[in-house]
Amino acid sequence: MLELTVISTLNGVLFGMLLFLMASGLTVIFSMLGVLNFAHASFYMLGAFFGFQISRWFGFWPALVIAPLLAGAIGAGVERFGLRRVHKNGHVAELLFTFGLAFVIEEIVQIIWGKSPVDFRVPPSLDFSAFTIFSTNYPAYKMFMLLVSIAIFAGLLIVLKKTRIGLIVQAALTHPHMVGHLGHNVGRIFMLVFGVGTALAAVAGVIAGPALVTQANMAGLLGPILFVVVVVGGLGSLPGAFVASLLIGLVQTFAVSMNGSLSGAFGPLGPDYASTWLADIWGVTIAQIAPIMPYVLLVLILVFRPMGLLGTRDT
Amino acid sequence: MSAAIELRGVEKSFGNVAIIRDVNLSVAQGERHALIGPNGAGKSTTFNLISGYMAPTSGSVLLRGQVISGLPPYQINRRGLSRSFQVTNVFANMSVWENLRCAVLWATGHRYAFWKNIDNLPEVRDRTAQILADINLTARRDVPAGLLTYAEQRALEIGITIAGGADVILLDEPTAGMSHAETERAVALIRRLTEGRTLLIVEHDMSVVFGLADRISVLVYGQIIASGTPEEIRGNPKVKEAYLGEEAA
Amino acid sequence: MTEITSSAAPPLPATAEKLKFYGLWVTAAVALLLLPKIFGSGGSLTTFSLIGISIIFSLSYNILLGQTGMLSFGHAVYYGLGGFLVIHAINIIGVNKLPIPLPIVPLIGGLTGLLFAVLLGWVSTQRSGTAFAMISLGVAELIASSALILRTFFGGEAGISANRTKLLRMFDWNFGPQIQIYYLVAAWTLIAVIAMYALTRTPLGRMCNAVRDNPERVQFVGYDPHVVRYLAFCFAGFFAGIAGALAAINFEIANSAYLGAVQSGTVLFATYIGGVGFFIGPIVGAIFVTLLSLGLSDLTPVWQLYFGLIFIAVVVFAPGGITGLLMMHRPLLKAGTLARVLPSYLIAFVPTLAMIAGLILSIETIVHYTVNPGDDSHIKAFGVSFDAASPYIWAMAAILLIGGFLVARKTWTWVGHAWDTATSVAREKGIAA
Repeated sequence: MLELTVISTLNGVLFGMLLFLMASGLTVIFSMLGVLNFAHASFYMLGAFFGFQISRWFGFWPALVIAPLLAGAIGAGVERFGLRRVHKNGHVAELLFTFGLAFVIEEIVQIIWGKSPVDFRVPPSLDFSAFTIFSTNYPAYKMFMLLVSIAIFAGLLIVLKKTRIGLIVQAALTHPHMVGHLGHNVGRIFMLVFGVGTALAAVAGVIAGPALVTQANMAGLLGPILFVVVVVGGLGSLPGAFVASLLIGLVQTFAVSMNGSLSGAFGPLGPDYASTWLADIWGVTIAQIAPIMPYVLLVLILVFRPMGLLGTRDT
Repeated sequence: MSAAIELRGVEKSFGNVAIIRDVNLSVAQGERHALIGPNGAGKSTTFNLISGYMAPTSGSVLLRGQVISGLPPYQINRRGLSRSFQVTNVFANMSVWENLRCAVLWATGHRYAFWKNIDNLPEVRDRTAQILADINLTARRDVPAGLLTYAEQRALEIGITIAGGADVILLDEPTAGMSHAETERAVALIRRLTEGRTLLIVEHDMSVVFGLADRISVLVYGQIIASGTPEEIRGNPKVKEAYLGEEAA
Repeated sequence: MTEITSSAAPPLPATAEKLKFYGLWVTAAVALLLLPKIFGSGGSLTTFSLIGISIIFSLSYNILLGQTGMLSFGHAVYYGLGGFLVIHAINIIGVNKLPIPLPIVPLIGGLTGLLFAVLLGWVSTQRSGTAFAMISLGVAELIASSALILRTFFGGEAGISANRTKLLRMFDWNFGPQIQIYYLVAAWTLIAVIAMYALTRTPLGRMCNAVRDNPERVQFVGYDPHVVRYLAFCFAGFFAGIAGALAAINFEIANSAYLGAVQSGTVLFATYIGGVGFFIGPIVGAIFVTLLSLGLSDLTPVWQLYFGLIFIAVVVFAPGGITGLLMMHRPLLKAGTLARVLPSYLIAFVPTLAMIAGLILSIETIVHYTVNPGDDSHIKAFGVSFDAASPYIWAMAAILLIGGFLVARKTWTWVGHAWDTATSVAREKGIAA
């Protein structure tokens, strides 16, 4: 039991970190540009696939550096040539543009790499067991993922707090219109923010690719959860996104490892109900409903605390 | 007879910054009351507090003796208080006619009706036509509101405010940005439309204030420093010191 | 006062106008009756049925998007739930021999959609804008995922099927043949279109538009925007349920795809491409997208990619959709200056077509190399055969694409100039603003 708790906590925190790698970029882009990038999870997917392809040709370590740069460059281009043109048509148009973009990126990935999962393997240098908890070997690669995430956060924190551009980003998080009035080249800043945000999502993709399945439906699976994180945390709140990422990461990981069900606790339903939809609910295990836990959380937050956990800005 | 609007010990802070401090204000029914003060004094915030756009941090706002602080704007509006906006706030994609018609619908009791044809409601037609004629925009009836001239939009703004038949009207700088001639027309319009109603108006143009108001209150740094008839205000040394540095019309 | 009002108010429709208005609906009904006589094949009838279903679904979506300003990514939930309940209803009616004929059954779908919209709508419509979009996505994912858990009701991956011919017969029709299904769909489409149009002419319909334009102002004329959005949401759910029911009847099956993200995305595409600013926009979009998806899939293996590219192009270049683009020309038509812009369109058309041809050539060639690299390189796309391995083809694709793009850019600025002159004339005549 303790072993399961410890492992699940580790995995949950890891998952939460990955989510925050993506959610942080999404939140900053939303706060600054006012648009919720529907295609954000697509850049995560691009990171995974670019990482796979580049590691095939040049090895994992070059891929770790090149793939996010490539994805970030594409992201910057999307902002410069696409989003900026659509901006004058309003927020709905911007959201729809990113929605169309997500769709097209998924199609292109499917065309190039196919619909089946690709064999993105953990690099041999990291393919060992880091330590053993009780009777389970905890893979070194997962520790690597954790380290990379923490390193990136530390870097982000330093950039935000100590550099000039970080100061501008902080200001734009709460007062986006003022940034332009202060004489900064808003266009270039937007491009930079979008590029860095999408590059962060791509990094998450590169390191998650070998651990999770790298497949063309990645974005579609993770995208909605990402939005739940951002809404639950509070739109526009970076600390909120952090808390929500960890929360959802832990909830989902723990749920998957639980085998309880109502029938397990209270006994099976009487024969009259055994073949009805009631039996489905009665017999479903927590592990089975793990995928929908984030959405249940979403609905609960909406009912009891609509502005999100730490939300400050309304849309 | 209770006051039309009453503010008792109203305070409003944003975080640690107190914008409105301990404001006590009373506007009698049928009175035309002007709220003046330097920029940043908190006049628009006061309007927002009265009309329900924000809730006071402490203190209470009363409408005809009933507490309305904390109620959402639409409930306050249904009790007979209506406001205009400093930055023109109309339905830009709808025609002038349709703008006014929206403002009339609740007051004529049609609420959320989805079983009536809106073109077959004679009372709605008549009332909308009346307001349209009152604000002199009959010739521009079918023009989308976003395409009107600035002065026309301000007139429409006032029209929407009074269309619902509210008897307490709040006007937020209705003549801002208008030329002298336009201002004169606007004042005449306001005087005509608020006949018999209670008016609370925020203005910077002193000629408008002194020409229109029965009583004036002066708001400086979130506090009322003086309240009285125009003559009393004109002669008040505190007011002169804080605000009326230049000529008073 | 009556004199003022009689001149100030817009004129009440004259008898001639009323006749024209009702005449339009009668003509539509007659056209729907006669359509199978002209295109009688089974394939055409199925296509028409699908178009009708899509029209109802898209119009219901536009109650949210175009009329009330609510962008939903999960509208298929109400469509799908309507479909599922109708399948179950048909099975129950058939087994118990209840006196409910098939033409009434779509109403059950509508009421299902309405019920779930009533249940989920209050929470969903609390926020507007981007938050509402995300909430709709989350709720849709919740329901779509639940569908795989509640296998008895939703039938798992395979779905649930029914036999529509077992119900009580009306005028001796068992609704087996497609022609009878066509008439069922056509009748319901007409009813739904009339009902949704009528909704736009009510106080609620007008206030929906007001909430779309300025929800803040709406509060200050006495309306609670949340209630307005909630009611719009319920109506949208009702009509989506009818569409889902007709789809279930047509295919005699309902599965989790009815509820899914793809279905929600498709109706969004159709409505937006048709144009959200006009009532007939979604009708145009539904016809366009249905025909396109049926036709494109025969012409190229990657039709969905083209679909997405068309959508992005509409969002970026023509946010008003097809009807928006057409209606843009109305002031020019009235002012008689339309003839000025037409030549510039023709000139711009050539390089644009070249650019698109280059793009298609490039895409199809790349597809060949990534999807079927082992196959023979002589492929056929859009009815044209070419050799994907030939360097001449690659060169031509590059020239068409890049050259076409550069020339097209130039010619479209000329179109802009022509528009400027034409609009100025219209403005002088007082027709455009």
